[in-house]
Amino acid sequence: MSGWAAWLTVICCGLVTLGVRASFIVLPADTKMPSWLTAGLKYVGAAVLPAIIAPDILFRDVANGDVVNLYRIIAAVVAAAVVVKTRSVVGTMLAGMAALWVLKWWGAG
Amino acid sequence: MQTPRSAYLQGLRDQAPAVIGNLPFGFITGAAAVSAGIDPWLGMAMSIIVFAGAAQLAAMALMAQHAPAAIIVVTVLVVNLRMMMYSAAIAPYFRRTPTLRKWLFAYVLTDNAFLLVTTKFRSDDVPKHLDAYYLGATSIMWCVWQLTVAVGIFFGTMLPTTWSLDFAIPLIFLSLLLPALHTKSHWAAAIASSVAAAFCTSLPLKLGLIAAAATGVCVGTWMERRIGGKVAS
Repeated sequence: MSGWAAWLTVICCGLVTLGVRASFIVLPADTKMPSWLTAGLKYVGAAVLPAIIAPDILFRDVANGDVVNLYRIIAAVVAAAVVVKTRSVVGTMLAGMAALWVLKWWGAG
Repeated sequence: MQTPRSAYLQGLRDQAPAVIGNLPFGFITGAAAVSAGIDPWLGMAMSIIVFAGAAQLAAMALMAQHAPAAIIVVTVLVVNLRMMMYSAAIAPYFRRTPTLRKWLFAYVLTDNAFLLVTTKFRSDDVPKHLDAYYLGATSIMWCVWQLTVAVGIFFGTMLPTTWSLDFAIPLIFLSLLLPALHTKSHWAAAIASSVAAAFCTSLPLKLGLIAAAATGVCVGTWMERRIGGKVAS
């Protein structure tokens, strides 16, 4: 995708994002969310984030060999343990990256 | 919070820790734009127009894979749908705000701004200068986000790929996801979505993310109906 098509796509992405954010802020105060929407929205975060990260963790390095990809899975488990313990975004990232680097260095050596 | 000015500065200070936590996120988002082969100006424009890291990353990955425009827009919508909940939760705080300013406040609404306002203040006892406070909190987030994305676009290509910096993205999302899994139903949604995503990577038109997210939402709501959304032990 290039040129005007890409720009148009980006503008549409911006419009739907603004629409979602503005929805209940700009609607009249007495607007109630339909119950099916409340029920579904409750699980949107828990459903969308794994959908983004699962392929990144499970398959990203498969082209470089299954062992290399296993390092990503182990590093993700290490990072998950750090999140549960500390709730720190930066700490989790450092731990996960460090685990991946150590495994790669150890595997190459 | 006596004057608009002091409220603005208080907002700046209160949001600063989250802004610092987001520094690598912005940098990696910028770097991802370049490595996805997206024009640097378009990458920067997307950051300003969309202003939502997870959605930007998802959109850029799809653009790099030449997904149809409609799929990209729907994916961005799905990734950002959670903010409709934030919008509903934060709306009572801005009932008396002028309409045009409401749109501005919506544009700069982020996970962190939502968390800050809803945990610090009560919607039935809104402080006098909350608008200025919110502007302070969101303006520092917006400025630093755009700056780090620009730095990422500029320097991102200089970092060697053997560092696997792209791995930081799933790590950031992991640290947002796990603390939000309050109930067994949330866990069911997350696990179902992961499994579906793993099986859907070869779906035509790059529909994988949308299909996996829909699976997760269905399983989560179904589980809640079955067990009544009990808190995980």
